[in-house]
Amino acid sequence: MSVVYERTKGLNQNQSIYCPGCTHGLEHKLVMEVLEELGVLDRTIGITSVGCSGLMFRILNTEVVTSLHGRAPAVATGVKAVQPDAIVYIHQGDGDALSIGMAETISAASRGENITVIFANNNIYGMTGGQMAATTMVGDKATTCPAGRDASLDGNPMRACELISQVEGAKYVERVAVYDVPHIIKAKKAIKKAFQNQIDGHGYSFVEILSTCPTNWHLDPLASMDKVKNEMEAVYPLGVFKDE
Amino acid sequence: MAKKLWKGNKAMAEAAIQAGCRYYFGYPITPQNEVPEYLSARMREVGGVFKQAESELASINMVYGAAAAGGRAMTSSSGLGIALMQEGIAHMCATQTPCVVLNVGRGGPGLGTIMASQQDYFQATRGGGPGDYYCFAYAPWNLQEACDLIQLAFEKADEYRMVSHVLVDATLGAMMESADIKENTANTENKDKKDWAVDAFAGRKDDDHRKIVGFWNDPPEAVAFNRDVLKAKYDIAKEKEVMVDVRNCEDADVVIVAYGTTARIALNAMKIAEENGIKVGMVRPITLWPFPYEAVRENTKNAKGILVAEMALGQLTDDVKIAVGPDANIQHYGEDALGGVMPSPRAIYGMIEKIAKEG
Ligand SMILES: Cc1ncc(C[n+]2csc(CCOP(=O)(O)OP(=O)(O)O)c2C)c(N)n1
Ligand code: SF4
Repeated sequence: MSVVYERTKGLNQNQSIYCPGCTHGLEHKLVMEVLEELGVLDRTIGITSVGCSGLMFRILNTEVVTSLHGRAPAVATGVKAVQPDAIVYIHQGDGDALSIGMAETISAASRGENITVIFANNNIYGMTGGQMAATTMVGDKATTCPAGRDASLDGNPMRACELISQVEGAKYVERVAVYDVPHIIKAKKAIKKAFQNQIDGHGYSFVEILSTCPTNWHLDPLASMDKVKNEMEAVYPLGVFKDE
Repeated sequence: MAKKLWKGNKAMAEAAIQAGCRYYFGYPITPQNEVPEYLSARMREVGGVFKQAESELASINMVYGAAAAGGRAMTSSSGLGIALMQEGIAHMCATQTPCVVLNVGRGGPGLGTIMASQQDYFQATRGGGPGDYYCFAYAPWNLQEACDLIQLAFEKADEYRMVSHVLVDATLGAMMESADIKENTANTENKDKKDWAVDAFAGRKDDDHRKIVGFWNDPPEAVAFNRDVLKAKYDIAKEKEVMVDVRNCEDADVVIVAYGTTARIALNAMKIAEENGIKVGMVRPITLWPFPYEAVRENTKNAKGILVAEMALGQLTDDVKIAVGPDANIQHYGEDALGGVMPSPRAIYGMIEKIAKEG
C-alpha cells in the first residue's frame, strides 16, 4: 500500500488550540510540512509570540522558545547567535509584529538576521477578544472601534510587506493567502522559499499570510475565507514584494 | 591577568570575557557606554557575538534567546534601561534562563541625572516585572571586587538558573583603579549542566524536543512551579549565597550599614570617629539579594544606634528595618548625597557623633 498523504511529523497529536476555521493551525501545518520536506525538522527552533499562536508550543514537535509580546525577533536573534546552524523561525500575529513589536520587526530585518518570519495578518487582536489591530481595515468593526475603523479617528491600516520590503537586509518578502487550494499551494511554495533562504544562509525572509479570525469577526469559517478573498486582498494585495 | 590600571567600565567588561561570556547585547546609555564600546571589538576578537540592540526591550530579549540556547550572555545598562528590561527579566525568571545584567547606576527618578546614585536598589532587589521572582544582586565597592563579582555572578546565574544583577554606581564605572582580573574563570561543570537549553539536537541522540516555556494555563501547574521550583530555589539561595563584610562591630556604639561606593566613603568617616574615640562598626552587604538580614541583626543588637548610609532616600533602610525590627534606633544618611553629589565623610561622621552622644 502506498502512502498518499500523512500527518506531518512536525505536529503532535495534542488537541488543536484554535477556534474552528482559524487559519493559524493550517499555517503551522504548512510550515511543518515544509520543514519536513527540507529535512530540517530536527534542527528547527520555533519562536512563539504572544497572541493566539503563542500556544503553538503545545502542538509543535520541534524545539521551542516562548517570547513576550512583540519580542520574538529579538529572541530569535539571540537564539540564532548561539545556534547559527539551527533553523529559527517566528510565528507572529499583527498586534505582536506591527504594534508592540514594530521596532524588533524592522530592526531584525534591517540587521539581515538569517531567520524566517511567518506573519499572520488576521485584521484584529484575536487572543484578547477582538480589539482593533494595526491591520484592521477602515470600516471594519472591532471592540475598540465599535462603529467601524474611522481613519480620521483611529488611524490607517498598516501594510507590512510594503514596509518591510523597503528595508535593506530583508531578502525575501511575500504576501500570500490560504482561502482555497491553489492559494494554499502558492503559500506553501512561499514558505518553502523562505526556509530555503535560511538554510542557504541567504538572510531574512518574511511571509505574510492573510489569515482569519472567525470568532472575533463574528463570521462562520466559510464566510471568513470569503472576507479574505473579497475584502482583505483588495487592501493587502498578494504577491512577491522583494526577492533578492 | 597582571594587576593594572583600568577604567572601571572596561575592566568589568573584560571580567565578563574572562568569565566566558560570549554573547553581549545592549543599548547605549550613560554612564555605562564604555561597556558596549569595549565589547564591540573584544567580543569579535574572542569569537563571540556583539549586537547593538534597538532598545533595552530588545537587548534583554536577545540575551534571553541566547541564554535559552545555552549561551553565556549578558547585557548592561542603567536605571532607565533596566526599567525597560523588567518584563524580560521576569520572563527569564519564569523560564529559568540565566544571565548577568550589569547596572551602572545613575540618579533618578526618571531621566534624573547621569551621575552616581544608589537609587536603583529597589529595582535590583524588588524588580518591577510581573510576578513573584528574585534575582541575585551583587554590589561591589571597588573595581577588584566588581570584577570578581561579575565572574561569580555568571556562575551563580548558571548554577541556580537565575538572573544576576551586578549593581555599581556611576563613579565605579568611570573611575580609574587597579584590578587584577582573573583569567578563564568559567566553571565548565555549570556549562555542561545546561541539558535544558534548546540546541537543535546538536550532537544529541535522544528525541527530547526541549521547550523553554514561561506560561501555564493550568492553575495547579502554576502553583506547583511557583512553590516547588522557584520558592524552593530562592530558599536555598537565601540560606547559602549571602555575602557580607562585617568590620569592628563587637562593642561598637554605632554601626554603619552601607554598600558600594557609600560604604567605601563611610570608611573615612569611621577613621575620623576612631580618632575622636567613638567606637564604630560597619556591616556592608555584598549581596543585596539575598540580603544579610541576620548579619545586620546580630551585629547591631548591642549598638546605641544604626546609621544607614546610601545615595538614596531610604531604600537600603527598608531592608535594615526588616532585619532589626521597628523599635531599633535607625538613622538615615543620604538625602543630601544622591544624583552626583557624593557622600561626605564629615557629614557621615557628624551623624555618628550625634548617635554616639544622644543614642
Ligand atoms: C506587554 C503585553 N501587553 C499586552 C498583552 C496582552 N495581549 C495578549 S495577546 C494580545 C494581542 C495579540 O494579537 P495578535 O498579535 O494580532 O495575535 P492574534 O491573537 O490575533 O493571533 C495582547 C494585546 C500582553 N500579553 N503583554
Ligand atoms: S480567537 Fe481568532 S485568532 Fe484566536 S484562535 Fe480563535 S479564530 Fe484564531
